[in-house]
Amino acid sequence: MTFTIQGRAKVDRTASDRELEQIVREHAGRLATALVRITRDFAMAEDLVQDAVLAALQRWPIEGVPDRPDAWLFTVARNRGLDALRRQSNYGAKLTQLQWPDQPASDDRLRLIFMCCHPALSRPAQIALTLRVVCGLTTAQIARAFLVTETTVAQRITRAKRKITEAGIPYRVPDPNELGARLREVLSVIYLLLNEGYLSTAERGQSRDLVDDAEWLAAQLYNLMPTEPEVAGLLALIRLHRARADARFDPDGSLVLLEHQDRSNWDREAIDAAARLLQRAAKRHQPGPYQLQAAIVACHAEAGDWASTDWEQIVLLYDMLLHLAPSPLTRLHRSIARRYTAGPEAALAEVDALAAALERYHLYHATRADLLRTLGREEEARAANRRAQELTANPAEQAVLRGRIDWGDDAG
Amino acid sequence: MKYVLLFVETEQFEKDFEAMGQSDRERAIELVYKWMADHADKIRGGSKLQPAITATTVRLDGGSEPVITDGPFVEGKEVVSGYTEVEVDDLDQVLNMVSTWPGCPIVEIRPIMEIPAVQS
Repeated sequence: MTFTIQGRAKVDRTASDRELEQIVREHAGRLATALVRITRDFAMAEDLVQDAVLAALQRWPIEGVPDRPDAWLFTVARNRGLDALRRQSNYGAKLTQLQWPDQPASDDRLRLIFMCCHPALSRPAQIALTLRVVCGLTTAQIARAFLVTETTVAQRITRAKRKITEAGIPYRVPDPNELGARLREVLSVIYLLLNEGYLSTAERGQSRDLVDDAEWLAAQLYNLMPTEPEVAGLLALIRLHRARADARFDPDGSLVLLEHQDRSNWDREAIDAAARLLQRAAKRHQPGPYQLQAAIVACHAEAGDWASTDWEQIVLLYDMLLHLAPSPLTRLHRSIARRYTAGPEAALAEVDALAAALERYHLYHATRADLLRTLGREEEARAANRRAQELTANPAEQAVLRGRIDWGDDAG
Repeated sequence: MKYVLLFVETEQFEKDFEAMGQSDRERAIELVYKWMADHADKIRGGSKLQPAITATTVRLDGGSEPVITDGPFVEGKEVVSGYTEVEVDDLDQVLNMVSTWPGCPIVEIRPIMEIPAVQS
C-alpha cells in the first residue's frame, strides 16, 4: 500500500491564516487519536502531529490547501513516523497498519482530552497540551497567544510528556466515580481559554482568537458528552460572549462597557440559540457554576436595553453561584447588581466589606468610585477612581487577580 | 508500574493527634490498618518512620568532609513520616487508592525508576 499526498489544490484555493488554523484544528485531534491508538505512545504521537501541523502551515499557504487535508496530514505524520522509527521495528510495523481515513471512536477523542487535562499535570501544561494535541496549535502560536516565550511553552510540553510517560498517566476515560472531578478539570482548561481570549482581545490584536478555540473545544466535548449539563452550560456561556463580541469595542478599539454597548450589534440569533441550549441543560436539574454564569450572561443578553435588565433574577443567580463557588470577585459582581435592586447605599456597604480581599483589584475601586459618585460623595469617588487607575497600570498584578494563567519561569 | 507513597505529616496534624483521647487515637490507627488491609494486594512493602527529631542528615556536597547535622534534610512544617511501595497499572489507580487514605494530610506519589537488569 502506498501513501501519496492526494489531490493537490488548485491555485485559486488559497486560504487565509484564520481558515488554515480552522482546517488544521478540525483534523489535528483526529490524527492524534489515531496515532495514539496505534502507537500507544502519547509523546511520540504528539510529536508527529506537531510535525505534520508545522509542515501544513509552511506548505499550504504556498501550494494551496489539499482537497483532503486530513489525508495530507496523516501522510506526513506517517512518513515522519516511519523515518524516525526505522530503528524501532515495532512502531514502524504498527504505523504500517494504520489505515486512513480514520474514524476515531468518541471514546478515543475523550481519552485524548482527559489525558491532556489530567490533574497530575500543571495548569499551563494542561493548556499547552490541549492546544497542541487537540486543537493542533504550534508551540509558536501558543506562545504568541499567551505572550510567553516559545521556550517556556516548549519546556512545559516536554516536561508534561515526560511526566505522562514516567509517572504512568493513563490514556483512558475516567471511571464514573472520578468523572465529576476530572470533567471539572477539563472545563477549567476551556474556561481559562475563554477568559484569556476574552480579556486579551484588546492587548493582543491580531493574535490567535483563543475564544474560538474554547468554543470549538466546548462544542467537541458537548458532542461527546451531551448529557453533562455543565458542558452545555460552558458552551452556552462561550457562545453568549461571542454573540456580543462585536459591540465590546468602539471603532477606535477601546472597550465599551455593557451599559453603553450598541445592542443592535449583538447577534440575536446566536443569543437565542445559546439560551435554548442552556434551558435544555437546566432541565436536568443539576445546576453548576458554568450554567449559572451562562444564565447571568443570558439575563443581560436577552434584555433589550440596560434599563430593562432583570436585576432581581441576576442577584438570585449570583446567590446560587456563591453558594456553589464562593469567591470575592463573584461577590463584587453581585453587589453591582444589588445597586439596582437594593440601592447604591446597600451596594456600597457590600462592596466595602470586600476590601480585605480585593483592595488590590482595580474593578473593586472602580465600582466604589461609581457608587460614591451616585451618592454624591465626589471627593471619595475621585480618590477611588485614582486608585483604580493606578492598579490598572499594573497588568501583572491584575492578571493574578483575574485568575489568569501563571506560566511560571523557565527554570526546571 | 511501581510507585512509592511518601506520607507527610504537618505540625497541625501532629498536634491534633496528640490532643486526641485514647479511644479516638486507637480508632485513627485502626483506620490506617484497615486501609492497608484493603489495599494489601497492591502493597509491596514500606514502614512508618520514627519522628523527625530522630533524623540525621549527611551532606556530601560541601567539601572534603561529609557534614553531619541533626534533623531532617529540609527544616519545615511538613516531614516525611512513612513510605509504602505499591504496584498498580497506572497513576489513576494510585490516585484512587490515596483518595481514601485516612492518615496524615499529605501524600506524595513517586514512580520508581525501572532500572534494566544487568546482563551477566
